[in-house]
Amino acid sequence: MNQYETVFILTPVLSEEQMKEAVEKFKDVLAKGGAEILNEELWGLKKLAYPIEKKSTGFYVMVEFKAEPALIAKLETQYRRDERVIRYLTVKQEKYAAEYAEKRRNKQAKKED
Amino acid sequence: MANSEIRYLTPPTVDTKKKKYCRFKKSGIKYIDYKDPEFLKKFLNEQGKILPRRITGTSLKFQRRVAQAVKRARHLALLPFVTDMMK
Repeated sequence: MNQYETVFILTPVLSEEQMKEAVEKFKDVLAKGGAEILNEELWGLKKLAYPIEKKSTGFYVMVEFKAEPALIAKLETQYRRDERVIRYLTVKQEKYAAEYAEKRRNKQAKKED
Repeated sequence: MANSEIRYLTPPTVDTKKKKYCRFKKSGIKYIDYKDPEFLKKFLNEQGKILPRRITGTSLKFQRRVAQAVKRARHLALLPFVTDMMK
C-alpha cells in the first residue's frame, strides 16, 4: 500500500453538480479499488498559466490516498476516457513527501477550526 | 597636478566572493512541493526558465528536485512554460 497524491483539472464549462459528480466518480473509482482516501482538496476554479484545450481556467481537484500500485493504471485509464478531465498528474509520495503532506493537512485542519 | 592614481572616497568594493549556500540544507527543507508555485517562482527567471545552480547556489540533489517540481507544476499549468513578465 503506497501513498499517492493525484491532481486533476476539470474543464470550467461544467455546471456545479457536474463538477461534483465528476469528483465523486473518481473518488469511488478509488474506493472500489480498495484505496483509503486520506485527504481531498477542491482548489476550485483557478486561472491556468497557459491555455489548455482553448480554455484559460480550470477546476483543480487534489486527492491524497493510500492504494495498491495496480489501482493507479485503472485510475489513469479512467482519466483518459473521461473527456471532462483536461489534465491529470498522479505522484507517489515517498517518505519526506508523506511527512510534508501530513504537516500540510494538520495546518489546514488547524486553519479551519 | 593631482597625483596620477585617483583615490576613491571609499575603497572600491571588489565584489567579494559571497559564499553561496544551499538554502534547502540550511533551512532543513526536505521536500519541495510542486503544488505551490509561489515558492517555485524564486527559482525561475523572468522568462520562467529554471535558474542554474551557479546563480542560486543550491546543491545538486536539491536542484534536481527543484527542476522536477517545476516541471510537474508546468504540466499542471500552475507555472507557465515560457512567459515574458513573470515576477
